Amino acid sequence: MNEFWEAKVALQWGTLKPSYDVVIIGGGGHGLATAYNLALRHGITNVAVLERSYIGGGNSGRNTTVIRSNYGKPEPVRFYQRSLELYRDLEAETERWMMHDERGLWWITHTEAGRRTEIARAEINRAFGADTRFAEPEEIEREIPGINMNPAGEFPVLGGSFHAGGATARHDRVVWALAEGAMRAGVDIIQGVEVTGLKVENNQIVGVETTQGSIATETVVSAVGGHATSVADMAGVRLPIRTHPLQAFVTNHYEGTFDAIVASIDLGFYVSQTARGEMLGGAHIDPQPSYSRRSDHHFISSIAKRITALFPFMGDLRVLRQWTGSCDMSPDYSPVMGRTPVDGFLITTGWGTWGFKAIPAGGEAMAELVATGTTPELIAPFSLDRFAKDRALADRGSSGTH
Amino acid sequence: MSLRITCPTCGPRSAEEWIHGEMFDVPDSITDTDEWDVDRGFFHNNPEGLVQEAWFHLYGCRRWVVITRDTRTDEILS
Repeated sequence: MNEFWEAKVALQWGTLKPSYDVVIIGGGGHGLATAYNLALRHGITNVAVLERSYIGGGNSGRNTTVIRSNYGKPEPVRFYQRSLELYRDLEAETERWMMHDERGLWWITHTEAGRRTEIARAEINRAFGADTRFAEPEEIEREIPGINMNPAGEFPVLGGSFHAGGATARHDRVVWALAEGAMRAGVDIIQGVEVTGLKVENNQIVGVETTQGSIATETVVSAVGGHATSVADMAGVRLPIRTHPLQAFVTNHYEGTFDAIVASIDLGFYVSQTARGEMLGGAHIDPQPSYSRRSDHHFISSIAKRITALFPFMGDLRVLRQWTGSCDMSPDYSPVMGRTPVDGFLITTGWGTWGFKAIPAGGEAMAELVATGTTPELIAPFSLDRFAKDRALADRGSSGTH
Repeated sequence: MSLRITCPTCGPRSAEEWIHGEMFDVPDSITDTDEWDVDRGFFHNNPEGLVQEAWFHLYGCRRWVVITRDTRTDEILS
């Protein structure tokens, strides 16, 4: 973060104390939202947020900022709908503009099977509070500017769902607003401090070892992105997580207006226009587990082929930037939140390709769990022990990019 | 990604021709058979460093190759 923004947003960096009530590892959206809610909703301010690099510099700064709740199962629809509603009020609550823009999201399909999936999605979304309806090809042609209804002659647009709640927001403004709110309430947010170990005695967390010395605490929340398994290893907790790279790109300025977020499930990409006019696109994760954040040419050439088939106007644009984030993928494509077998060690991970949209609700729920000691009903289905209990929440089709 | 995997029959080929194979890694400390099944199905080592893995040359000679890769850099060592 540069000096200009430090002045605009009143950030008061903390210094590390020898003990805290709660230590949150990871200064991204989820870690800061947890601290924010702990301080403002529950009055717990003896809290430290430890960030290895700079706040919002991990996956909070590498995502494609889509907010939506059009999932395929009751539990995630309820959870993400709560998050979508919290995002609506977040600007007023923090008094910071986040460029939140609720413009609607189209999920289009090119197969008969996909058509049936989208009809079912609209039904289940409506049943659990999300505003989604099925759309026929005629409506899609009318509403989405510049769309080619029969891309490559092989993928006719056969329909889709329209999710009216679909929105975007500016990722770093969300992070800074939450950080600012937490700092004002007295939370210590410390950058440039890396966690090197977790101290566990009699199956209870007692402290955190860092590059700036050790901290005594009985509650640790791991809100780590990308390296979640390595941090959990320090406490001896094994996670159902694998880290995969995910790439995205923006083009140069597109002079037209593209006032929609569009995802094509069968062609495997999604695209939206940023506030600066750039066209932002992303696709699926790389197949092999890796911590490398290198971007490559294969991704850009393959996605360009598919995007220009559906949106021929994008053929005239140039790729401006390309970047890669580390996605924590769970086997059932749902997050993992709550307690672990080690007392006092809580996790919020498995945020794969759906973490940004969940920041307000994830932070709210984790803070409630820390403050009250009981797991909120909203996140109970996402517990770590669901795999052993045969309660996996397989929802890969709703990750949007697979 | 930009991986190039060397196939014994086809030579160095880019990763798009290959399918990443699972190498399951249940730790020896798990002896209970139910726990073993859960771990085998859902849990992973996910190491930051060297990992041994199998790749299937789907759009080539259709053979399995086992490689050692550094997950921090994606460098293939053997």
